[in-house]
Amino acid sequence: MPTKSFRDALNEGLRQEMERDDRVIIMGEDIAGGMGAPGEDDAWGGPLGVTKGLMPQFGRERVLDTPISESAFIGCAAGAAVTGLRPVAELMFVDFMGVCFDQIFNQAAKFRYMFGGKATTPLVIRTMYGAGFRAASQHSQCLYPLFTHIPGLKVVLPSNPYEAKGLLIQAIRDDDPVMFFEHKVLYDDEADVPDEIYTIPFGEANVTREGDDATVIAFGRMVNLANEAADKLGAAGITVTVVDPRTTSPLDKETILETASETGRVVVVDEAHPRCNLATDISALICENCFDDMKAPIKQITGPHAPVPFSPSLEDLYIPKVEAIEAAVRELVGKGH
Amino acid sequence: MSEIRPIVMPKWGLAMAEGKVLEWQAGVGDVVSEGQEILDIETSKIVNSHESPVSGKIRRIVVDEGGTVPVGALLGVCAPETVSDAEIEDYVAEFLENFDWEAASEDSVAEPEFADTPVGRIRYLRQGNGEGAPIILVHGFGGDCMGWSFNQSELAEFRPAYAIDLPGHGGSEKNVGDGTVSYLARSLSAFLDAVGIRRAHLVGHSLGGAVSAALELESPGTAESISLIAPAGLGEDINIDFIDGFISQRRMRKLRAVLEMLVADSSLITDTMVEDVNKFKRLEGSAEALAALRNGAFSECRQQFRFEERLGAISAPVQVIWGRQDRILPVAHAESLPDGIRRLVLEDVGHMPHMESAGEVNDAILSFVR
Repeated sequence: MPTKSFRDALNEGLRQEMERDDRVIIMGEDIAGGMGAPGEDDAWGGPLGVTKGLMPQFGRERVLDTPISESAFIGCAAGAAVTGLRPVAELMFVDFMGVCFDQIFNQAAKFRYMFGGKATTPLVIRTMYGAGFRAASQHSQCLYPLFTHIPGLKVVLPSNPYEAKGLLIQAIRDDDPVMFFEHKVLYDDEADVPDEIYTIPFGEANVTREGDDATVIAFGRMVNLANEAADKLGAAGITVTVVDPRTTSPLDKETILETASETGRVVVVDEAHPRCNLATDISALICENCFDDMKAPIKQITGPHAPVPFSPSLEDLYIPKVEAIEAAVRELVGKGH
Repeated sequence: MSEIRPIVMPKWGLAMAEGKVLEWQAGVGDVVSEGQEILDIETSKIVNSHESPVSGKIRRIVVDEGGTVPVGALLGVCAPETVSDAEIEDYVAEFLENFDWEAASEDSVAEPEFADTPVGRIRYLRQGNGEGAPIILVHGFGGDCMGWSFNQSELAEFRPAYAIDLPGHGGSEKNVGDGTVSYLARSLSAFLDAVGIRRAHLVGHSLGGAVSAALELESPGTAESISLIAPAGLGEDINIDFIDGFISQRRMRKLRAVLEMLVADSSLITDTMVEDVNKFKRLEGSAEALAALRNGAFSECRQQFRFEERLGAISAPVQVIWGRQDRILPVAHAESLPDGIRRLVLEDVGHMPHMESAGEVNDAILSFVR
C-alpha cells in the first residue's frame, strides 16, 4: 500500500470526490494561490498546501479563492449547500471561527430542523486546530467541544493519514454540516493510504489497541500519544485498550462503554481546555452508565485552563505528554481488584 | 569456505523489506536439517516460523532475538565441525562487509499490475520469468493477491507465477455479478485471455479452489494441473459463522476471533492482518461484493457450487491439500474423492495450509509443475 502524508491523503480524498461528483466545490483563503493577486496561480494550494493542484484540474469555477472574510465565505458555503452544491470550505484556523458562529450554529446546523427535514445542508468545513506549532494563543486552540455541543453539526477528528482520507470522503457524502478538524502537527505524518476510494463511517470508534488492564480514550492527535503509551506499557506487561472515537458527534457510546467496562480503569486524553471538554463528557457518560464496573476513578489528561502560551518551553509544558498517559495508567492499575 | 552455508532473512511477499527475529528454536551447536523450523520471524504483516534452507550444524548466530534486519541479511551460519572458528569469523566478517544495507532496505516493493477485461479491471502480481505454462494463484473469500507471501516467490523460480485479485477483492473491479462461483470462474477466464495465457497450472485456495475447478469444467483444457488447497465445492458444509463474522465484525478483538478460525495456531493472526481486513472492507464496493458472494456462493448457509461428482470429467491431474484442523471447510470433504485424485492431509494445520505449512504445499504444487 502506498505511503502518503496526512496532507496528501486529504488532497487525494478531495480530488477523488471532485472527480466523482461535480457538485463538490471547494472554497477558502488562498486555496488556489490568491485570486486576483499577481504571481503564479496555484502557488500555494492553500495555507496548508492541502488543495495544491485542484484549481488547475477543476478550474476557478469549482476552486474558489475567497476574501479574508470568514463570515462571508462560510455563509456563502452554507447557502450553496442548501441550494444543492456540496461545498468544502477551508477555514484556516478554528480560532477564527468566532466571526461565523451565526452562519454555523444558527443557520447551517438548523436548516434541516427548521424546514421539517425538507432542506439538507451537505457542507464540510475543514479547519486547523491544536497546539505545538509555536502559533500562540489565538492560533492554537482545540475548539471542537464547542461544535460538539450543537445539535445538527457533525464533528470529525482524524488521527492519521489513513483516517483522514476515509473520514473526509465520508464527510463530503454526508447530507449534514460536518466540522472537520485537522491537527496542525499531523500534516507531515505519513502512513499507508490506499489509492482506492474508501469511507469510514461516522459514529464508529476505532479500537487501535486491545488490552485488559486499562482503557485509554483519546481524541485527534492524542490518539497517537495514547498508542505510544500503550506500546510502552505493553513492553512492561501492562496491556491497554486504546479507543479513538473518530467523531465526537455522533459519538460511539457503545464502544466507549463496552471497552470501559472490560478493563474497569479509564484514562481520557483530550488536548482541549479541561472545563466542558470531551474528557468531562466521556467521564460523565461512563459514570452514569457503567459505574459499577469501574475499579478506580477516571483520570482526565487535558491541557490546562489557560491560553496556549507563545513561549516554546511553556507551550511544550501545556500539551499532554505520553509520559503523563503512562503515569496515569500506572496509577490506576495499582488500584482496584 | 564452500562448506559454510548462510541462513539469511527470508523475503515473505513483495512488500517485506525487513524482519525481526523473535525466537531461535535452535542454538549454536545444534544440528538442523533442511526444512526444519529453526526460528520465528515477525514482519509488519505476519509472524511465522522460518524453515532452515540448509542442513548442518549451527556454528554462529549473527542476529539475536529482538534484532530487526533487512531481507537478505545474515542471521546465522551453518558449517561442519571441520571448519575452524577462524574461518567462520572470516566468513561472517566478509558477508557483513559486502552486504549492501541501504540497497537491501530499499529493494522491496514490487507493484501489482492491472489487466482490463470484459468483467472490469483485474489486479494481479506477477513474479518469475521462466518458460512454460505459468502458475495461477487464486485466493479465497476475503483474500487477495498478497496472500501468497510464502509461496509465490518459491514457485516463481520454476514458472512465471501470477497471483490475482478476484472481482470484489483487493484492487480488482468490485462488481461480482450474481456472486456465484460460475461468475468468478468466467472472470478468471477473462483475465487469462486478457494477459494471453492459454494453459496454466491452477492453484486455488478455498473459494478460489472451486473457481479454479469451475474454470476447467467450463473451458476444458485450460488447466495443465489443478492444486486445490482446502477447496470449496467438494461438499455442502461451510462454517457460515466465519463468513458472517468476517463481513459484520469491525472491532479488532471480535474480528480477530473470527480470523483465528482460519488457522490452527491463533498466534499467526497479527493485529496488522486484522486491520488489513477492516481496511479492505472499507473500500468502496467491498461490502456490497462480500454480501453478494455470501448470497450467491453460500446462500442458505450452504455451498451452492459442488463439483465432486464431476471430478472425473477433468483430464488434468488434480490434487487436494487440506489441514486436519480446518474449521471453515471440513477435511471430511477430502475423504470420498475418486481414485486418481492425489490427497495430502496435513496434521496441526487449519484452513490456510499454504501459509501454515508453506514448504509442504509448495513441494506438492511443484510436483505437478516440474
